[in-house]
This record gives sequence, structure tokens and C-alpha cells, in this order.
Amino acid sequence: MNARNNILNKLRTSLAGTSPRPDEFDEELVTRPWQYDPQNRIERLRSLMEAVHTEIHPLASEQWPAKVQELLESRNLGNVLYAPGTEHGRMLAEHWQNAGAKQELIAYDRPVEEWKEELFWEVDASVTGTLGGIAATGSLVLWPDRHEPRLMSLLPPVHIALLKASDIEDNLYAMMKAQSWSAGLPTNLLLISGPSKTADIEQVLAYGAHGPKELIVLILEDQ
Amino acid sequence: MSQRIPITELTDSFRGRAKEALEDGQLRTNFRVAMDSLMRKRADAFPDEEEREGLRELGNRIKAGALSRLPDLLEQLETRLTENGVKVHWAETTEEANQIVHGIIKSKQGSQVVKGKSMVSEEMEMNDFLAERHIECLESDMGEYIVQLDGEKPSHIIMPAIHKNRRQVSKLFHDKLGVEETDDVNELIRIGRRTLRTEFMEADVGVSGVNFAIAETGTLLLVENEGNGRMSTTAPPVHVAVTGIEKVVENLRDVVPLVSLLTRSALGQPITTYVNMISGPRKPDELDGPEEVHLVLLDNGRSDAFADAQMRQTLNCIRCGACMNHCPVYTRVGGHTYGEVYPGPIGKIITPHMVGLHQVPEHPSASSLCGACGEVCPVKIPIPELLQRLRQENVKSPAEHPKVDGGAKYSRKERAVWRIWVALNTRPGLYKLFLWAATRFGKLTPKNVGPWTENHTAPVPARRSLHDLARDHLSSQQKQGGQS
Amino acid sequence: MSELFYDAAPNATRVAPDRPGPRTYPEKPAEVTLFGTCVMDLFYPEAGLDAIRLLEREGIRVHFPQEQSCCGQPAWTSGYVKETREVARAQLDLLDNGLPVVVPSGSCAGMFREHYPEVFADEPDTLKRVADLAERTYELTEFLLHVCKVQWQDLGQPTQVALHTSCSARREMNTHLHARELLGKLDKVERLDHDHESECCGFGGTFSVRMPEVSGAMVLDKTRALRESGAAEMVTADGGCLMNINGSLDKQKQSFRGRHLASFLWERVSGEVQS
Repeated sequence: MNARNNILNKLRTSLAGTSPRPDEFDEELVTRPWQYDPQNRIERLRSLMEAVHTEIHPLASEQWPAKVQELLESRNLGNVLYAPGTEHGRMLAEHWQNAGAKQELIAYDRPVEEWKEELFWEVDASVTGTLGGIAATGSLVLWPDRHEPRLMSLLPPVHIALLKASDIEDNLYAMMKAQSWSAGLPTNLLLISGPSKTADIEQVLAYGAHGPKELIVLILEDQ
Repeated sequence: MSQRIPITELTDSFRGRAKEALEDGQLRTNFRVAMDSLMRKRADAFPDEEEREGLRELGNRIKAGALSRLPDLLEQLETRLTENGVKVHWAETTEEANQIVHGIIKSKQGSQVVKGKSMVSEEMEMNDFLAERHIECLESDMGEYIVQLDGEKPSHIIMPAIHKNRRQVSKLFHDKLGVEETDDVNELIRIGRRTLRTEFMEADVGVSGVNFAIAETGTLLLVENEGNGRMSTTAPPVHVAVTGIEKVVENLRDVVPLVSLLTRSALGQPITTYVNMISGPRKPDELDGPEEVHLVLLDNGRSDAFADAQMRQTLNCIRCGACMNHCPVYTRVGGHTYGEVYPGPIGKIITPHMVGLHQVPEHPSASSLCGACGEVCPVKIPIPELLQRLRQENVKSPAEHPKVDGGAKYSRKERAVWRIWVALNTRPGLYKLFLWAATRFGKLTPKNVGPWTENHTAPVPARRSLHDLARDHLSSQQKQGGQS
Repeated sequence: MSELFYDAAPNATRVAPDRPGPRTYPEKPAEVTLFGTCVMDLFYPEAGLDAIRLLEREGIRVHFPQEQSCCGQPAWTSGYVKETREVARAQLDLLDNGLPVVVPSGSCAGMFREHYPEVFADEPDTLKRVADLAERTYELTEFLLHVCKVQWQDLGQPTQVALHTSCSARREMNTHLHARELLGKLDKVERLDHDHESECCGFGGTFSVRMPEVSGAMVLDKTRALRESGAAEMVTADGGCLMNINGSLDKQKQSFRGRHLASFLWERVSGEVQS
């Protein structure tokens, strides 16, 4: 029994004598309605994300570590998960030292199996970078890797994301093309467009289903 | 108080179940409110008619293009996924698919499975299969979790618990989880979140569906709002994805319009909270993610639909649920009335090739052919046309070789009635005679003419037919030498 | 009808047909054929006569071939292709005179235009005549509005009506838009919206007798919505829906009623009040 061959043979028999259809992709349709002037791009992303309860703070680039500290303070959070191997991770650590911040910096530096309980239940917040943002849909793009593993943006109840203003693209197609995604994708690529939510009960929107209850985006003005 | 309809007690026919559902005021209100809201959301998400119709057409072309080269794409998908370290399995039947999934779990000595949302796993009745083998499979999508807790099947493909209101959920949580009853939806969600978090942490295997399988890059794309899909596909050491063979698309760029169509048609969202693109298991230097990723490609009758060029179009479906949201029949009877995995208009046209039309002979007739479904389908499946086709298969005699296991409604008597109808309508003399008799003896129409008079008074023919009136009017016009 | 775009192999993958452009309309003709429809023939013949009068008022000579019967839709929607074809062929033959065909029912007009190509899909030789018939077929409101370009004076008393459009008329012929515009030409008629205006009334031809439970629920909702609109009456361009809605209202012992749009329009335009 070879299910694979059976299935493929059946399909091929059904297509006998036919030719494959021509490629009919319409680039303009997926880009033109979703293009923005540079000044509107951030506005568009911001309004879409805020509509689904994302907290947005535009900042001058160098102010973000202090902002993170402030966000943790105001929520009375005791620790924050970060990626020491990244540049922003190093910046955060440096600020923490200089500012004498009292929240504990937790490094995600070992496989998840070694500390599942802590990761699942005891981490209050995380800080990650992003590959960029998409204005059309109000989305962040994350390419997790060994420095910033996937669970960083999923497990903690609060996720703080750093987004450079210059990394915001008009739409998903433009970003795919500009960054040649089809040449190679990471193990896991994520588009994140707000805090976790569900409307499964009576269609009433409730936030914080399984992913983070709060998504905070720091838009770093670098243009 | 709404009845819950437990899996084991579904009455035998569509009409029987419909009658029960129609008498359930709470259920009808729940669905009416929900469907109205979903229709409004979709309309708001597509304000520009040109863009909407252009995108639907593009979606249709992309799916048709992929189907026109399906076997090659499946091979390409398999090659790229394998290169990426994903193990690809093929299953012709749900039994085979279940065996494969079970085999993977057993090889890991697993006993706990957590599941993100997967309609294909419902087709497989995977939870039951695993339970019989002492493997617990817990639903993690909030709606699926709720129906699982209550021993029910989902009543909608996107919003499985849409037939329940918050009081019903609260009571369920109280009964099954021992928590205090509450009217607060946020609190109910918090309860669900706490309970499931442990499952994510402890599960041996995570099972998910796939929204789009991308052949070009060997990627599985999943959309969701809750985060349970990401949890199920990231936290456990093994991830098993199950999907139908029709879910493969050729190029990465194809998902741009398809995801847009899906999220806007389903819930009126520009995009879901998470779009999760998986291209392989954990790499040697990565710190999380499953160590093994499997994809199970399921046929279960899809290749039969594929063999028929007209029915092949059912495989365009991207499982958005817009058709059922707009269906006046579905709105009134809810998903359980269909008695099968997939309800609503799409359910009526794909179930026949999964289980055989003989099993669901009433499905094609459970529609007034109003066309609302075809009007909103993001990939332009001609649903009313396909329902018509199934009606044709249903009434074929054995000699006419009905397809999709049809012929269940073949009736010599009914055929004979239609032959009489043909005679009347092709012989003007007979037709006129019929008209004369009907108008002359119209008052003798019995007050009870079967099913019609359940909802109407019996219609009484006019005293003179239009044939009669027109002939007189037009000949007097002639005599007057033209128009008045 | 699904198009086989460039690959004519019978098992080629189908795509949805290209969206049709807006319909172009001819000048007002001197003569037309009226296709009365079987429902109108038996149950609303006066409305058929009113349709004729409306056309004659525009200076058009109306023909009513006595051999006409039914467009074939009941058998078609029941799945009986062969039987449909025989009846459809008879209509095709008698309408084969090149004259515009005016149909006071959106679903029957839709049958001619949209579904006859499907009925005769296996007969390539007949398809040319089918396409020709489709070209010349107009639903009544469409014809009055876009071909006759009627100029009307409203001779009636101020009133409010609700408009119900059959699903096939709406989706295949855009009848709801044509009917609204025609009603808009009557300055003493106010059209009121009703709840879930575009939802099916539950007729669906044989659906109403095959699935009476669901159909019944649908017509109850529709009749309630129509009554609660505040209108004095309902008008519709489709005899099937009319039969369904009025039959239900009668059973419910409601006083609210519907009328065929043709009768309503003739009354307003001619000043002749019907009893």
C-alpha cells in the first residue's frame, strides 16, 4: 500500500490531456490599494494596532531602554526576559547597569527544556527586536533565531517589541520582495498584529487568550 | 434554556434535526445575532467593491492554478519540506491518517496531545481514535475547548462554540471545572487560559492544521488570534500538522491575497493576531521549537472530487466560513443540524465526496439556492451550481451511473410526475387544457395540499389564465388598430 | 457558467467566469414578446395583463405566443436535466423570432439568460440560439427602465411600500436596483426598507415543499420584517415569492399583503385603481 503513489496517480489521471493554467498573479492588486506616503505609514500601522489594544510609543532611538524600565515599573513587574546575544539586548543590559534598575533581567540563553516551569509561569515580560513592520495590516514581523527564540514573543503576559520606523513597509508583498523571503525562510517566521485575543464566546472580544495579554510596541524614530 | 446536542444523540435526518433546532429559541437567537455580526464585519472589511471583486477573482485564479498542477505541487512541497527537515506522510483514508498520527505519538511514548485548531482532525475523528488508545488529546482553541468539554462537535468551522452564549459557557465551566459561575467573558477566558497553559507545557505532541502549505519554500502557514496554535506548534517536542491535499499553493507570494481574503471574509479582520510560518523543526543551535515536525497529507475523497472538473472547484475552499455566515438556512438551524463535520453551504458540497452522497441525500436540497454563499465566497466557488449538480446526481437512476455515490433520491414515481410535467409543458393543447381545468375548477383546490399548506393557505388559481386574458386583450387591440 | 479559459479539455481546471461588464441596452423596439411565466399564468394573470399594458403605454406592440408554458426552472432545480431540456427547447423554439423577450419575473428571466447555457451545455449546436435568446431577454423592470426609459406621472395617492426582490432576480438580474429606480419615479410613493432586506423569503421553488420547516421559519421572518417596516403593502417583481409571502400572511391571518410590482406600477401610472 503506497498512499503517496495512489494519490498522485489518481490526480495525474484526472489531469490527463490538460495543461497547467498560466500564472495569473496580480501584483498591482496586492500593492496599489496598500501604499502610503511616508508620513502616513506610521499612522496607518499605529491606528490598526491600537484598534486591537496594542500600546504604541513613538520614541527617539536611544530612549527605549529607559522606556522599558518605566513600563515595567508602572506595571509592578519584577523581571523581563531578554536576548543577551543581540545588540538591543546588550543596550538593555547596559542601561540596566547604569540606571541601577531593580527588575531582574532574565537571559534566554539555554534550551527551553531546562527551565520550562520558570518560562511558562514566572516570566512577567519580554523585550524583542523585530525585522520590521507592515503598515497595511498593522503588523510586526519577527524572525526568531537562536538569540531571540520564538517563545519570547508568546509566553510572557507582556511583550515589548522594538520597531524601527525605517523598517516599516507598506504591505506584505513589498516586504517579501524587498527582503527576498522566497530565497529562504527561517524555521519560524511570525507576523504579530496585536495582543492575543478571542471572540469565541458570544463574539465578545477578550484579550490575553493564550499569547501575551499586552503587546507594547516602541517605534524608534530613526528617519 | 438551549438544548445542547450531544454527539451520540443526533436524530436521524436533516429535517428532524432542523425541526428541533428551529424550536430552540435560544439557539436561533445566538446564531442570528452571531451571523448578522459576522456579515457586517465582512462588509466593513471590504468597503471597496472593485478591490473586493478583483481580489476574489485573483483568489479563484490562484487556487485554480494550483489545482491545475496539484500532483506536481504536492511533490515539490514534499521535496522542499523534506529538505527543511519536515517528515511528510500521505494518507488516503482517515483511518490511515489516524494510524500515522498514532504511530508518531507512540514512537515518543507519548500520552498527552494538545491540539491547535484543525478541521481535518475532526474529519479524522482523531480525538476519539486516540482516546480509544489511551492517549489524551486536548483542544486548545477556546471554542473547541468549550465544545470538547461539553462532549459536542463544533457547530461552525471558525467559531466552534458560536451556538453557546456566555451563561451556557459559565455553567459548563462550573460543572466541569468547578469554578464559580460568572457573566464576565474576560474571566471565562482567563479560566480557559490557566487550564490550558499547563497542557501546553506538558504535552508530548502538538497537533495542528495548516491554512496554506507553500510548495516554493516548503512552509506551513497557520493563522490564528489566540496564540494556542503557536503554543501547540512550538512548545511540545513534536509537532504534527494534518491537512488536506488541496491546501498546497505554489508560491510564497500567493499567500498575500489568500490570507487577506481569509481573514477579511471570516472575521472581518485585516489580518489575524498571528500569522505563523513554519519551515522546519528546531535547528541544532536554536533554543526552542519542536525537535520533530511532521506533515500528514490527507485525501479522504478529495481526489474523487478532483476527478470531476466541475466538483474540483470545491477544492478551492480556504475554509473561511463566509458561506455559512451568509446562509439563511444555516442561520436558522445551526451547524449541528447538518450532522457532519463541515456544515453550511461548503459542507453540503464537500461532504458527498468524503462520505458519499448516499449518506447525506438531503444535503443538496437543504437550500433555497438563494445564492448568498456564492456571492461571498472569497475564491468564487460556484456553490449554487454545485448544489444543482448534486441534485442531479441524487435523482439519477442506476442506469444513469450517478457520481459521488448518488442516486439515493431516485424515484420512479417522481420521475413519472416530471414526465407528465414535460408533456403538459411541451404540448400547447394539453397545457391549455390544464389551464382551463385549473381555472374552472380552481375553487375545488383542497385546503390541504401537503407540505405547502403547513406554512401557507392553499393557493387558488385565478378565474381566467393569462393565456386567456392576453389573447382577448391583444385581439381587441388588433381590432382597434393598434395601441391605446 | 464556468469558463474553460484557454484549455478546452473537458477535464481542465475551471475558473470563475470573468466579471461581465455593464449591460448595454438597445433603443426601444416596436414589438416585443411577453413571456408570462407559469406562476403568473395561473395565479396572477391580471399582473401579466398589467405588464402588457405598461409596455403598450410606451407604444410597443406586445405578442403573447399561445404556445408558451414554463421556462423549466422547477425541473432544473430538482435535478431533472433531461426533462428540463425538453421543456426549455420548446420555449427556445417558440421564442426564436429575434424579438426582445420581456419576462415579468427575475427568476424566469435568469433561467433564460444564466441557466439555459447550462441546460444545453452538452449541445454545442443549440448554444448559439441559447446565447441569442439570452441577449434578447429582459426582466420587466429592467426593460421599462433601461430600454423604454419610461417617463411617468404618479396619479395615485401618497403611500408607502416595501420592496421584496427574489434572490435570483437580485443576483442574476439586479432587479432590486431596477425596481427601486422605477419606484423612485413615482413621486407620491415612498419605499421603506425592511429588516434583512436581502435575505431569502424561503420560497426557493421546490425548497418550500421539500424543507417546509426551514422554509416556514424563513417566510415567517420575512413577513414579520415586511409588516414591521411600516409600509402599507409589499411589492415584488417575482410571482413565486409573492405566492410564498401572501400564502403565509393569509395563513397567519394577517391583513398585510403583497402585490406584483407590475400591477402596482400600472395602477399608479394609469390612475386605474384595482379592486
